[in-house]
Amino acid sequence: MAVLQLEEITMEFGGLRALDLVDIKVEEQQIYGIIGPNGAGKTTLFNIITGIYLPTGGKVIFKDCLLNKMHPWDVARQGIGRTFQNIRLFNKLSVLDNVRVGSHGVSKSGFFGSMLGLPSSRREEKMIVEKAEHLLELVGLGEKKLEYADNLAYGEQRRLEIARAMALNPSLLLLDEPAAGMNSTEKVELMDLIWKIRNEMQLTIILVEHDMNLVMNICEQIAVLDYGRKIADGPPEVVKNDERVIQSYLGAEA
Amino acid sequence: MDALISQYIDPYYLRILMLIGINIILALGLNLITGVTGQLSMGHAGFMSIGAYTSAILSMQMGSPFFLSLLAGAMVAAFFGFLIGIPTLRLEGDYLAMVTIGFAEIIRVFFLNFEPGGKAVGLSGIPQNTTFVLVWTLVIIIIILNAKLLSSRIGRAFYAIRENEIAAEASGINSTRLKVLAFTAGSFLAGLGGGLYAHYMYFIRPQDFAFMKSIELLNMVVLGGMGSIPGTILGSVILTLLPEMLRIVAEYRLLFYGALLVILMIFRPNGLLGDVRVYDIKKKLQGKKVGLWQSSN
Repeated sequence: MAVLQLEEITMEFGGLRALDLVDIKVEEQQIYGIIGPNGAGKTTLFNIITGIYLPTGGKVIFKDCLLNKMHPWDVARQGIGRTFQNIRLFNKLSVLDNVRVGSHGVSKSGFFGSMLGLPSSRREEKMIVEKAEHLLELVGLGEKKLEYADNLAYGEQRRLEIARAMALNPSLLLLDEPAAGMNSTEKVELMDLIWKIRNEMQLTIILVEHDMNLVMNICEQIAVLDYGRKIADGPPEVVKNDERVIQSYLGAEA
Repeated sequence: MDALISQYIDPYYLRILMLIGINIILALGLNLITGVTGQLSMGHAGFMSIGAYTSAILSMQMGSPFFLSLLAGAMVAAFFGFLIGIPTLRLEGDYLAMVTIGFAEIIRVFFLNFEPGGKAVGLSGIPQNTTFVLVWTLVIIIIILNAKLLSSRIGRAFYAIRENEIAAEASGINSTRLKVLAFTAGSFLAGLGGGLYAHYMYFIRPQDFAFMKSIELLNMVVLGGMGSIPGTILGSVILTLLPEMLRIVAEYRLLFYGALLVILMIFRPNGLLGDVRVYDIKKKLQGKKVGLWQSSN
């Protein structure tokens, strides 16, 4: 059964049609890639899935649940975590606190419980810290947990975003250009990390990425967008050799 | 206890200490809204006046016990904070600031024409029930609760909204609800501070809670360091003491006051304690120690 199903998604900004009848189906525990030239509507698609934009047409179905008119925080609580193309961390919070905030959607302590330090919220807090520390180890930031987030190097910030998204215990993880600005060593590490979290936590991952090497290596299924339309989808080998994809995005070999 | 204190402390200093305590309570409320959650409010004095008038009228005309008046004043202020918060907190930055200024002005004009509040003349003869011990006990309780709140799940969510609202929402934080919560809690403290103020000053009038009072409170939070509890406390202390200490320069007082603020903000743009953490200090000290050890080798 498909975990995420996008049916005829259309998004119009004024007169501009950013997405035009896009259908995408992501299966359980798949690593799914979305590629395409700049401005093709990839990030717009992420913003529609996570409730930041309300699509002008079509349906977003996540595990039999219609996400269309949900607020971003409700979408997150359904179990969809994401990272951002232009990194969005809580800069003046510590690395650890960034990840702790990530578990907001799956924890419960309320205003008075927190303020009075009730046993239930203390217990919950302990679990949140343990989970955050575990996740930081996983992405290799355990040593830096007390630094301010904006003191981290670029690649570390990207990994911190992944750890924060994972704190939500998501069953679907959306990564928006996770390798942007990384060098080749970091990219290899990133690939390992993505595999590791998929296998260990058994979740589904959708990623938007421009690095073809990474996409072709890691993704099991790929959709190609161009000017808001899906022009191809399928496994990497199929997409790689698709006539239209080569023409509009990959470019013919000289 | 209070009798003992008034025996040993000069009334002038006692008065300043009382005002410092009340200002800390007020500023900690504003710190929740503006410093921690990042919602620029320039109408804190409006909520303070709601607390002051509500509690004063209850005490004077209904003969309600002091603690009840105080609590009622804080609750009514919190209720208005909640009411105003729902529609306005969709606005951001400058727009929210303008709405809060407008709201505080409406409150001021309302009390200017409010018969039971004595209109422009104000209310006098409020029972002087606010004591030194009461104020400082409340200050300590509020600081502790504030610190607990800010290190908890809800407090972190407040900071997250300030730092990046979109990322906060993607983490499952209902930003609208939490902003209203911060606004309500901050208004509660404003109302409480207002009630304490009214029952200390004996006399209140609408212009005590005018725009400049809101700005003064905002200055305390900004000067001390947005979102920092020690910073807000330090800011309240400094900005309550400063006008007193500047009495020597007599009529140039406001000039110096303004100039000092400008200078401080140039040298500490994040406020005095805005970006100071125990961890960083420790790291710096350790770094120095390592350096010494290496050079002696």
